[in-house]
Amino acid sequence: MTQLSEFHSIPALGEALRARRVSAAELAADALRAARAHSDANVFLHIDDELTLAQAREADQALADGRAGPLTGIPIAHKDLFVTRGWRTTAASRMLADYVSPFDATVVDRLRQAGAVSLGKLSCDEFAMGSANENSAFGPVRNPWDAERIPGGSSGGSAAAVASGLVLGATGTDTGGSVRQPAAYCGVSGIKPTYGTVSRYGIIAYASSLDQAGPLARSARDLVPLLDAMSGFDPQDSTSLESCDGRSNAAGRIQADFDAAQAAFQAAGDLPLKGLRIGVPREFFNEGLAADVGAAIESALKVFESLGASRVDVSLPRTRLSIPAYYVIAPAEASSNLSRYDGVRYGHRAAQYTDLADMTSRSRSEGFGEEVRRRILVGTYVLSHGYYDAYYLQAQRVRRMIVDDFQQALSRDCDVIMGPVTPSTARRIGDNRQDPIADWLGDIYTLGVSLAGLPGMSIPCGFGGDSGKLPIGLQIVGRYFDEGRLLALADRYQQATDWHQRTPEHA
Amino acid sequence: MALTEQDISRLARLSGLRLDSNDQSRAHQELNRILGLIEELQAVDTTGIEPMAHPLAAHQPIALRLRDDAADPAQSAEQRDACLQNAPAAHQGLFLVPTVIE
Repeated sequence: MTQLSEFHSIPALGEALRARRVSAAELAADALRAARAHSDANVFLHIDDELTLAQAREADQALADGRAGPLTGIPIAHKDLFVTRGWRTTAASRMLADYVSPFDATVVDRLRQAGAVSLGKLSCDEFAMGSANENSAFGPVRNPWDAERIPGGSSGGSAAAVASGLVLGATGTDTGGSVRQPAAYCGVSGIKPTYGTVSRYGIIAYASSLDQAGPLARSARDLVPLLDAMSGFDPQDSTSLESCDGRSNAAGRIQADFDAAQAAFQAAGDLPLKGLRIGVPREFFNEGLAADVGAAIESALKVFESLGASRVDVSLPRTRLSIPAYYVIAPAEASSNLSRYDGVRYGHRAAQYTDLADMTSRSRSEGFGEEVRRRILVGTYVLSHGYYDAYYLQAQRVRRMIVDDFQQALSRDCDVIMGPVTPSTARRIGDNRQDPIADWLGDIYTLGVSLAGLPGMSIPCGFGGDSGKLPIGLQIVGRYFDEGRLLALADRYQQATDWHQRTPEHA
Repeated sequence: MALTEQDISRLARLSGLRLDSNDQSRAHQELNRILGLIEELQAVDTTGIEPMAHPLAAHQPIALRLRDDAADPAQSAEQRDACLQNAPAAHQGLFLVPTVIE
């Protein structure tokens, strides 16, 4: 009998598939069983055996015909923010509880073309608004390392599914940290690429100048084929980039950059990262950082130093301001994007109403959860007459100052920035129920990278918390279009450490 | 500058949301807290700084790409029906809404 859990990496499983030692259909059936057996973690929002098995049979055909690529037959799943034909797409909202898209998101389509087999749709925070996955209309997701704790968010289902071994890869989206933070809390690897490199077409919009899709997986090496397949220019997305510093934004770019960086590290011999300057922002190590997280980051930096890198002190003086800037810009864009949910064309419609305006407002109030309503109200306020300049434009000006800080550090002082992803390890489910703003403050280390549109990733670098069993993530931020090199750096670290190989069963 | 109950009612109306009195008083409290947080932006001197709408605008020129405003002949009645499948109420290829003009 085939067991997905026997395979710990995408290359290992891919090799077994191509050697025909396992079939994609057996593997998919096994993975579906495992996903169902795991239902108490509330990771999946929709599973459909027939849809998955049909994709698996196509993958087996490609394998039989010798048309298989690195992802053919690999079980993955999609955050429920990506629209999919067949599977429901709810954005974890009552508003879209029964919505079935007439088309696939570009990312979904590309991963399918690459042969990956989707197990279905993964829970997240409603419309990607949240950092705990508690804002799902369908109940919280449980952290695989401690079922009483949050998996992070908003791509919490994605991170939990990978950490539990239910899939080898998952899609996520990151608007202010929503790939990196759950990756950190669940002990998996995740990357948010440069804004504009992955198509937003078919991703339910939250804050369009920030939203960017990225994959989550067990290791940097597994992220490479996933991100490579997801990336590329798409005329259907008005902010999709045709080129990346003169090079075509197309499949193959990430892989080529990863390979080139690997070759350079290889050629450098005993100190593969010699010459690499790691910028460590002093503002990331303030009093808000928990001691266990700080210690894990320090140890990770020592590993990089042992590989030849040097450490330089850098400053991102406006780190603190990224919180108010983000929580003006993102709600502003959200209030505009979510105005489309009017109870007319799709989505929830109230049963009782008097006229059109009453129908719309009743439908929206019933369909949206608390956090979504909160952000719509904030967004409406900062965009309203008399406040637009004082809040919205001011936030956009501060955004440019934050971007300039990163540019200055990355162009003058260092080649890459490293630091914590989160101030602490995953909190308990329900802990911030009385204080919905508290979670916003916890986004402090990830928001600036999103505002700047820079590539950033999280990789596991240790454990903390009272039990000593809660994962901690290291954040790595690069220059624009640096995804391949970041993944290669992370891979070097993962060759020297085994944090990424730990699983909750052996915590 | 704190928001009043009246401001909250107006915002709810502009947002297309109905708030009952419980929601309303909670929103009032929360929004004033949030305003306290975003108020920090006012202290920043941004003289001469251009607002930034696209995150890569400082890195490279960003041109807004528009498609031609042309009807797509490939759109079929089947595609229309597929889109209407998600409509809360539809009739003969049209979305149904409450009477707007008597």
